[in-house]
Amino acid sequence: MLRPHEGLVIDGFTLGAQLHKGGFATIWDVTHPEITMPMVMKVPTILDGDDGPTIVGFEVEQMIMPRLSGPHVPRVLGSGDFDVMPYIVTERIEGESFLKTFARAPLPLSDLIEIMARMVQAVADLHRQQVIHLDLKPENFLQRPSGEMVLVDYGLSRHELLPDLLAEEFQIPMGTYPFIAPEQYLRCRDDPRSDIFALGAMTYVLATGAFPFGRPEKLSGVRRRLWRDPVPPRALRPELPEWLQEIILKALEVDPLRRTQTAAQMAFDLANPGQVKLTDRARRLKRDSLLTVFDRWRVVRRLKKFTLPETLREPRPSVPIIVVAVDLSPEGEKLADQLRGQVRRMLATEPDARIACVNVIKTARIGIDQMTDASGTHLHVARLVALRQWGEGIDLPEERLTFTVLEGSDPGQAIIDHAAANHVDHIVMGARGHSTTRRYLGSVSAQVVAEAHCSVTVIRRPENRDEAGQEARTS
Amino acid sequence: MRIAVLTDIHANREAFEAVIADLEGRDIGRIAILGDVVGYGPDPAWCVRRVQALRETGAICLRGNHDNAAAGAEESMSQNARKAMDWTRGQLDPGAKAFLGDLPLTVTEGEVQYVHASADAPGEWNYVRSDTRALPSFRASAARIILCGHVHVPLLVSCERSGQVRAQSFRSGLPVPLIRSRRWLAVIGAVGQPRDGHAQAGYAILDRDRDELTFRRVAYDVARTAEKIRAAGLPEALAQRLMAGE
Repeated sequence: MLRPHEGLVIDGFTLGAQLHKGGFATIWDVTHPEITMPMVMKVPTILDGDDGPTIVGFEVEQMIMPRLSGPHVPRVLGSGDFDVMPYIVTERIEGESFLKTFARAPLPLSDLIEIMARMVQAVADLHRQQVIHLDLKPENFLQRPSGEMVLVDYGLSRHELLPDLLAEEFQIPMGTYPFIAPEQYLRCRDDPRSDIFALGAMTYVLATGAFPFGRPEKLSGVRRRLWRDPVPPRALRPELPEWLQEIILKALEVDPLRRTQTAAQMAFDLANPGQVKLTDRARRLKRDSLLTVFDRWRVVRRLKKFTLPETLREPRPSVPIIVVAVDLSPEGEKLADQLRGQVRRMLATEPDARIACVNVIKTARIGIDQMTDASGTHLHVARLVALRQWGEGIDLPEERLTFTVLEGSDPGQAIIDHAAANHVDHIVMGARGHSTTRRYLGSVSAQVVAEAHCSVTVIRRPENRDEAGQEARTS
Repeated sequence: MRIAVLTDIHANREAFEAVIADLEGRDIGRIAILGDVVGYGPDPAWCVRRVQALRETGAICLRGNHDNAAAGAEESMSQNARKAMDWTRGQLDPGAKAFLGDLPLTVTEGEVQYVHASADAPGEWNYVRSDTRALPSFRASAARIILCGHVHVPLLVSCERSGQVRAQSFRSGLPVPLIRSRRWLAVIGAVGQPRDGHAQAGYAILDRDRDELTFRRVAYDVARTAEKIRAAGLPEALAQRLMAGE
C-alpha cells in the first residue's frame, strides 16, 4: 500500500502540501491536469492491516459521498482502492470550519440565529437525501463563499437505503461525546432525530458558551444525559429570548419522540420565531430537582431503546410541511370551505403534518416599499388576524399550525420562494374562476404549479353547470 | 456493462418469461443463468430451448444439480423432487439432456465468478444459507464477486480485508454498492421457485461499471404455473409451495 507524500501522483492526481493531520486521516492539497477546481484528498491513516474502525469508516464515506448532491455536500471527484492507496478527492471548500466560531461563543443573537439556520438547512438537505450524519460537530461544518454550509466527514453516517457497514461492527457507541444523542449511546443508528439533538447541543453552545452536558471523556459521562437535564440557557444568559430556549431544549429532549421531529421543522422555527409555540421549556430557569432526576434515572437506567413513532417505522420517515395559500378576497372566500376540507383530508393521511397558512399582500411592482408606513403595518396585522380566523376551522395544536403574511409584487413568486425557503413538501391553494385577464396573464395557481419545487394541489370550485354551458357555447 | 443474473428457473415458463420481459429497457448487456433450468416445474422442454437460444447469443449458462439429474446423473433429492425429475426426464429429448449435461459448473470472468451452489466445491451442491457458510467460497475463490443460486433465498455477504464475513441488508429494487475494498458473495433468488415467502420471480442485475448489485422481484402468473403442475400430474405440494413462495 502506498503512503501519501508531497509529489505523489496517483490516478492523475498530484499531491501538494499536507493541509491537515487528524487522528484518522490526513488531508492533502491535490491537482489534476483535467480538473481546474481546487481539490483536497483525504487519506485514511491505516497503521496496520487490521485498523478496523478507520477502514470501515472510510468504506462508509466511499459508499455514501458519491451518492450525495447539492450545495451542502462536497462534490466527489475521485476515489481510490485499498489495494493501492485508499483516498477520496473532493472539491476544496475555502474557509475554515466552525470550530473557531464556536470558540468565540456566546455569540450575539443575530449571528447565532444566522449560523444555526444555515447549519440546520444543510442537515435538512442531507436528511432529504436519506442520510443521517450522526457526527455533527462544529469541525464538520464548512462554509462556501456563497454562504451555504457544507457538511463533511461521513465516516459514521447512515444511508437509509444502503447496508449499514457499521451496524454490528463495534460495541461502543460512536460519535462525539459532547454532541451525541441519548439513543446513539444506546447504539441506535437509524434515527434522523439524533442529528436534531446534536444541532440542539451546538445551538446551546453558541447561545451560552457552555456545553449542555459538559465535555465528557468517558462513556459514563455520556450516559448521564439520559436522565440529567442541562442548565436552561436563559439561566446562563438571561437576555436570550424564550423562543430560542424553547427551540434548544426541545431539540435536546431525551426521548426522540418529544424532540423537534425534523431538521426542516427546526429550520422553520428558526426562521419564524414568532410562530414558536412556547411551553414550560421556554420559561424554565432551573434544572429539574434531584428528586425528579432520580425518578427519571430509575426509569431510564434499564432502557435499551426508545420506541419509534408510527411514521418513523416507515421506510421513509417524514413529517411533511404543508403550505396552504389562502386567498382572503371575496372570490377566495367561496373556496374557503373546500380548501379547509382538503387540508383536513390531508391531515387524515399525514397525521404528523405541519400546516402553514400563508397569505400574500401584493405590493407595487416598482420601487418603494409601501409596507413600512403605518398603513402598511395595519394592513399586515389585519391580514394576519383574518388569516388566523380563516384557520380556526382547522383542528390542530397551535405548534403545528402557523400563520404567515408575505409581501411581494408577484404573489405566485412569493409563495414559491416561501415554500423553497421553508422546505415545504406540499402547497395547497385555490384556483379562481376563469376570466379574460387570467387567460392572457396567467393565474397565480398555474405559476405555482409550474415553478414550485414541491407537490401542488389546486382546489377548484365545481363550476355552475349553466355558466359552464354558457362559456362552452360562447368559446 | 449490466449483467442480468438468473438462476433456478425450474421449468417455470411463466416466471422465466416475466423476468425476460422485465429486462426490457434496463440496458442489459449480458445474461448469466446459474443453473437448475429444469426440475419441479411443468415446462422443462420449453425452458431448455429458451436457455439454449440465450446461450447462442452469448449468455453464460451453468449446470445445476437438477440439470445434472435430468442429464442422467444420480442426485439425492426429496421425494417430490424425485417424482418431478422422473417426469422431467420423459419430457426432454436426448439433445436437451446432452445440452444440460455439458454445461459448465462454474465460469469466471474478470473479477466475477458464477457458480450454481458454492465456489469451494461446485459439484458438491452445498447450500450457502448464511454468512458463515459463505466463508469456504471466499477462501477457495480468487474472485472479488461470487454469484450463486441453489438456495432459492437471496442473501448478500461481504468479506472484509480482515477476512470477517457479514450478511448485509438489501431491499429489492434498490442497488447495493459492492464497495471495492471488500469481496462479495450474493445468492440470487430463484426465478422459478422462490422460497422466501414471496411468490414473485427473483433475479438480480450486476452493474459492473458502477459496482452495484440490484436484487429484483417480478410478479408472474403463478396460478397458471400451478395449474400446469396439476395438469401434468406432478405432486400437489409443488403447486402449493409455488403459490406461497415457500
